[in-house]
Amino acid sequence: MRGERIRIRGTVQGVGFRPHVWRLARSAGITGDICNDNEGVLINAWGDSQALEEFVEEIETRKPPLAVIESVERQPQPNDIDAPGNFSILDSGAGAPLTAVAADAASCHQCLAEARNPRNRRAGYPFTNCTHCGPRYSIIRAIPYDRANTSMAPFAMCTNCLAEYYEPEDRRFHAQPNACPDCGPQLWLEDVDGNAVGELRNADALARAAALIASGHIVAVKGMGGVHLAVDACNAQAVDTLRERKRRYRKPLALMARDIAEVRRYAYLDWTEAKALHSPAAPIVILRRRDAHDDLAPGIAPGQDQLGFMLPYTPLHLELMRHLRGPIVLTSGNLSEEPQCTDNTDARERLAGIADYLLLHDRDIVNRVDDSVVRVTAGHLRTLRRARGFAPGQLALPPGFEGADGVLATGADLKNTFCLLKDGYAILSPHMGDLEDAPTQVDYRRAIALHRQLYAMEPQLLAADMHPDYHSSHYARELAASADLPCAEIQHHHAHIAAVLGEHGLPRDSAPVLGIALDGLGYGDDGGIWGGEFLLADYAQSQRIGRFRPVPMLGGNLAMREPWRCALAHLWSVDDWESLAGRHAALECIAFLREKPLDTLRQVAAKGINSPPSSSAGRLFDAAAALLGLHREEQAYEGEAAMALEAMALRAVDGVEQAYPFELREAQALVEIDWSTVWPALLEDLAAQVPGETIAARFHTTVATAVAELAQRLMLQHQLKTVALSGGVLQNSLLASQLQARLAAQGHRVLMPEQIPCNDGGIALGQALVAWAQQG
Amino acid sequence: MSHGSGGRASAQLIEELFLRHLDNDLLRRGDDSAQFGVPAGRMVMSTDCHVISPLFFPGGDIGALAVHGTLNDVAMSGATPLYLAAGFILEEGFPLADLERIVAGMAAAATAAGVPVVTGDTKVVEKGKGDGVFITTTGIGMVPPGVEIAGDRARPGDAILVSGTIGDHGVAIMSSRENLEFDTTITSDSAALHTLVAQVLGAAPDIHCLRDPTRGGLATTLNELARQSRVGMRIRESGIPVRGAVKSACELLGLDPLYVANEGKLVCICPAPQAAAALAAMRAHPLGGEAAVIGEVVEDPHHFVQMETTFGGQRIVDWLAGEQLPRIC
Ligand SMILES: [Fe+3]
Ligand SMILES: [Mg+2]
Ligand SMILES: [Zn+2]
Ligand SMILES: [Zn+2]
Repeated sequence: MRGERIRIRGTVQGVGFRPHVWRLARSAGITGDICNDNEGVLINAWGDSQALEEFVEEIETRKPPLAVIESVERQPQPNDIDAPGNFSILDSGAGAPLTAVAADAASCHQCLAEARNPRNRRAGYPFTNCTHCGPRYSIIRAIPYDRANTSMAPFAMCTNCLAEYYEPEDRRFHAQPNACPDCGPQLWLEDVDGNAVGELRNADALARAAALIASGHIVAVKGMGGVHLAVDACNAQAVDTLRERKRRYRKPLALMARDIAEVRRYAYLDWTEAKALHSPAAPIVILRRRDAHDDLAPGIAPGQDQLGFMLPYTPLHLELMRHLRGPIVLTSGNLSEEPQCTDNTDARERLAGIADYLLLHDRDIVNRVDDSVVRVTAGHLRTLRRARGFAPGQLALPPGFEGADGVLATGADLKNTFCLLKDGYAILSPHMGDLEDAPTQVDYRRAIALHRQLYAMEPQLLAADMHPDYHSSHYARELAASADLPCAEIQHHHAHIAAVLGEHGLPRDSAPVLGIALDGLGYGDDGGIWGGEFLLADYAQSQRIGRFRPVPMLGGNLAMREPWRCALAHLWSVDDWESLAGRHAALECIAFLREKPLDTLRQVAAKGINSPPSSSAGRLFDAAAALLGLHREEQAYEGEAAMALEAMALRAVDGVEQAYPFELREAQALVEIDWSTVWPALLEDLAAQVPGETIAARFHTTVATAVAELAQRLMLQHQLKTVALSGGVLQNSLLASQLQARLAAQGHRVLMPEQIPCNDGGIALGQALVAWAQQG
Repeated sequence: MSHGSGGRASAQLIEELFLRHLDNDLLRRGDDSAQFGVPAGRMVMSTDCHVISPLFFPGGDIGALAVHGTLNDVAMSGATPLYLAAGFILEEGFPLADLERIVAGMAAAATAAGVPVVTGDTKVVEKGKGDGVFITTTGIGMVPPGVEIAGDRARPGDAILVSGTIGDHGVAIMSSRENLEFDTTITSDSAALHTLVAQVLGAAPDIHCLRDPTRGGLATTLNELARQSRVGMRIRESGIPVRGAVKSACELLGLDPLYVANEGKLVCICPAPQAAAALAAMRAHPLGGEAAVIGEVVEDPHHFVQMETTFGGQRIVDWLAGEQLPRIC
């Protein structure tokens, strides 16, 4: 007989871990106990050596679906403690919580089967869940994660549910949100004046809602992490009405299909993508559209060759979809740019002008969690928006960061997320959104306060972007000043690259890498506006050794909204712009630019009036898109022009391998890619009526070739072996895969963001790592 | 203008120039200080240094601006300005003709405002140690009894008014400095606001805050007031008056008029029931024809100034630490 204390760390609370271990212990003949505490799970176990070994191995290999085991530590029991006669589950110990709050998870197949089974007591019940699935983060108000601290508190369990809850053999043993139609939350349908529709409950309300959607109505659907708006995806008029009312004019709308087969009708799907759709996170997966002339409403994804699909992730959605014959649009319930509604009153107020009916329920959504978005590029799953199903998630930090603790990084301003470092882990918040939007920023501050409480985390060090006027940086400086704490200001692209290093587990003392940030823009070390950067970087330091040649950002932020400004600034970088413009006066894009007040703009550029020089890669793509006539006057959302350019390039049939001329040039202490020779050649192609698709593809080839060439030169010069890429421009799959292929062919180790978004959603992790590493 | 051997001669020249233009009894007396009696009440004093390029611009010059700036700072306490003092720092070699124009501009502004410059001083610095001319003006005034105006008095529920179009001064200065051509010439709004203040106070005696949104524009002023009063503010983009020419210039340059300087506008925060009277009084004044109620004070622990945009969003209008810099990634 031997005794051991087994310490398990990771996502092991609130995921059915203790009953699982209890079952294993009983079948292996192990005695002792298990409890949750502030470090995870602690098991006291006695048995013969052989049985103990098998027991621990079983724990690691046959863990519950939502559990993540980060480490298992074993110590012998002190000799003076005797083995108990059985194995028991102890109540949660007190003390500061440290283990993760689990993310919400899509329904498990057992719960779905029950909800579908007409003879089951939960038949059609929208809130069916168990320890393997259902809400977690979206309902938690405080820790410990007990029902009383969630929005399930008002629902007292009936005898049947209680029996499940206390039965270790049951899938619902200690499932905090456990519920059934008799005791749990209820769903109903109402019109915009607040009148209940037909006293319908749950499955009946869902059936009626489905009928309303099928007849062209807009129905607000309160789900797990927020309120969505649903319309029939094949009803062009309904989709247009939705866009009009929501004031979301062009950004693609997400779709929900009833099953994989339905997704496959509209989009190409490989195994990785299908797996992602079916995963517990059940994100929106961006897929290549099969046929632009399918029966979907034209307003779903104008100008795009892709569709974003998700599958039903709660019995509520499953039941809704069961009554519908095709996919639905399921988009966030809000006015464009605002945070998604979460509560009933708010939904009634804010969605009254958008929805025709509201499908609401009485389980409060405590924490808003948007749908996550992923995309497969070159065989790798890349997360573009980390929210439902992923967040809050903890990431074990690389070697050298074991002691990292007490860091709060406030992220960037757009696609904001924030990050805590706690005991060697990074805790990543869900996607928050644009902090310039007031309700979003209020929610952001609330979420930071909640995370500090959930993880019992008193920040000792703040990390923020170096930008003088990011809202997130203002907030960090305010927090730091009020608590008299240091605030590390981290360069935007250094943070992008550090996040990639952290995600791939590079040890803190690794040799520097070449970090390539292809980005919209970020504030540079030198006060300039950066965005096409080659950094010699490790966690603590970064030095700019290469860049895109800067051109003025004509009109500051406006250059992002109006791509013609980028085209103009880039054309002016051509040595002899006047004669170039004269030669191509007949081109429609040149004629367009000539209509603008060029003399004034020339002054503006020359004197730098609200036109800082910028090396942005995003604006480079905007320039090319504008010349090709894509969203030249104005883009409705960030990246619209670049996405249209990518879509156009993907349709090219030949001549795509030819790159336009570019130059690599020494400029001060760094090497620059000069794009000014691209434009005469591109205009030449336009004049020769080369198809736009070919020009778009050649442009991609040009950027990939130039970046890879400069990378090769810098890698040799600085004797580097690893290259890390990040930045929002990498959301362009075509560019990302071309770059990856070229860099890998040069024999380098290439690191790209996968779980952490390459866009500004990944900044917070990088900030936290850099701030900690710099601290010494 | 020279320095050194010819110093005495030129100093005399300058003195005469000032006297000729700014002439009044107290200044003519030539004492080291001006002596005057004051009515009973609270006295207000404010000082402002003026540096600007260009020195002459559509709608004014540095001399007039130095008068208006200080008079307005005095007037924003609700006070009636009484006297001004002016200090000049001139760079050696600064053309006398330009100086004369500036002093004439100052005199015209002071006369129009009915507030004399009663004392002053001039120093000349070596060439290269100044930038043409710097002017410091100081003003004093008296607050009538019963008037309690301060930056920390905004209360939830109060109305926020602005006395006219915003951004005129900043855009006028920029276009004249940088030689930017726009369809119509944009003129600075440089003006003295104390008579407007008196008129509004007559109609709405319980005004809580007054402030002139100069450098940093309306956005900065509202943030200052929100923070001082520990409240939030909600304004409506559609209600904020902006001249068409200023708007299109800002649209071309990508500037946000909320952050552009004004020199003849004020922000007034008063209890909501007095807002209509205050607005009517502003509109009846020649400098307030385009006055508007732009929003209200709200309770907000974050002290946010938020603006309902024309698209229906709620945008945070924050302080800027520096220039308007792009922040969209
Ligand atoms: Fe970025
Ligand atoms: Mg002052
Ligand atoms: Zn389940
Ligand atoms: Zn029940």
